[in-house]
Amino acid sequence: MTSSTDEFRNALFDAGLLVPGSATGLFHRSFAFENVIRGIESFVSAAGSDVQRRQLYFSPILDRSVLAKSDYVISFPNLVGVLTSFTRPEKDLSELIERVESGGDWSELLSSNGLALGGAACHHIYPTLAGTEVPLDGLLYEVQASCHRHEPSEDPARMQSFSMREFVYVGTESGAIAHRELWLQRGAELLNKLGLSVEMVTANDPFFGRAGKLMVTTQREREAKFELVAAITSPSPGAISSGNYHGDHFGKAFAISLPGGDAAHSSCFAFGLERITLALLHRHGLDIAAWPSQVRSSLHLLD
Amino acid sequence: MSGAETTIREVLQANGKLPVSAMTLHDEDDLYQHGLSSHASVNVMLALESAFDVEFPDALLRRDTFKSVAAIRAALESLGAEV
Repeated sequence: MTSSTDEFRNALFDAGLLVPGSATGLFHRSFAFENVIRGIESFVSAAGSDVQRRQLYFSPILDRSVLAKSDYVISFPNLVGVLTSFTRPEKDLSELIERVESGGDWSELLSSNGLALGGAACHHIYPTLAGTEVPLDGLLYEVQASCHRHEPSEDPARMQSFSMREFVYVGTESGAIAHRELWLQRGAELLNKLGLSVEMVTANDPFFGRAGKLMVTTQREREAKFELVAAITSPSPGAISSGNYHGDHFGKAFAISLPGGDAAHSSCFAFGLERITLALLHRHGLDIAAWPSQVRSSLHLLD
Repeated sequence: MSGAETTIREVLQANGKLPVSAMTLHDEDDLYQHGLSSHASVNVMLALESAFDVEFPDALLRRDTFKSVAAIRAALESLGAEV
C-alpha cells in the first residue's frame, strides 16, 4: 500500500466516513458513505430501466456446492470463505470451552455447515436457472449482493466485505457479447457523468497459482474481462467496474440451455459500489455536501 | 502413432473432458473447438507435466500451447521431453 493510500484512508477515518472493523480489510461505513451508495444504486438502476429485467437482492450466503460447480473454488481457493458450525456430539463441548477459555484455536472443532459466502453477485443467479431452458432473446437481471473475498488489506479499495450491483444476461453467445459491450460503454458514460475519469482496460481475474497463469493468459487472449479503472484510494488506477463474458461456462456448469439444447452463454457488468464511492470521495473531496451539484443531483444527494 | 503421442492423447482423454475421443482427433484439430474448456486445459497442462516430467515455463502458459495435439507435442519438444 502506498503512503498516499495510507493518507487517504486515515483521512476517511478522521472524517468518520469509514471506521476500522474488527479485522484487517473490514471497514464500517457511515450513513453518509452509504447514502452515496444508495445514490449510485438508483443512478445505475435508472440507466438500465429501458428493458424488462428481473431485479433481485441476494443474501451474502449461498450453498457451498455452487462454488464447486462454478469452478470458483479451484480457481480462487485463497479467496473463498466457507462457513462452519459446531456439529460434533455434545460431549465434545467441553473441549470447545477449554479452547475458547485458553485462547486456543476453537475453530478447528467446527466443520463446514454446507454454506459459503458469495464472491460475486451473479453467482447467485445460475443455481436458480439450473436445468432450465432460457428463451432465445435471453434473460436480463439487475442484482445486488454483499460479497466476500479473502484478501485482507489495509487499503479500503480492497475490502473483505463489499457490495456489487450487476447487470447480467443469460442467453445466446451474440446476446451475451452485445450485453457486455452495451454496459461497458454505458457504465463508462455513467461514471464519467459522476466526474470520474475512467479508462477501459483488458483485465484478468486473480486465478490462483501457476496453473492460474494459464487461466490468466487464456482470459486475456480471449478478451473475456474488461475493467473500468479510475483513481480509488491513490492516484494509481484500480477497477471500479468490470464487464465479463463467461462464454458457456455457467451454462454448462448449471445445465442452463437454449432452445435446441446448446448451453446458454452469459455475461455480466458489475459496479463495485464501495470502490465507486471511494473514487468519488478521492475525486471530489471528503465533504460530500461540497461535491459538484450535478454529481449530487445525479446521486439524489441534494437536500 | 508414437508412444509420446499416445501419452498426449491419453492425457487429453483423461483430463480434457472432451465430448469426442482424443484418440481419433487429427493432429491439427483445434481442441478448444472440440470442447476443451479453460479449466480442463489447466488439468491437461498439469497431467502433461507429470507424464513427461517437465515444467511449462510462464512463456508457454498460453492458450495456443494446448490448442492441438501437434501444438502440445511441439511445446513438449521445446522443453526437451522425448517426443
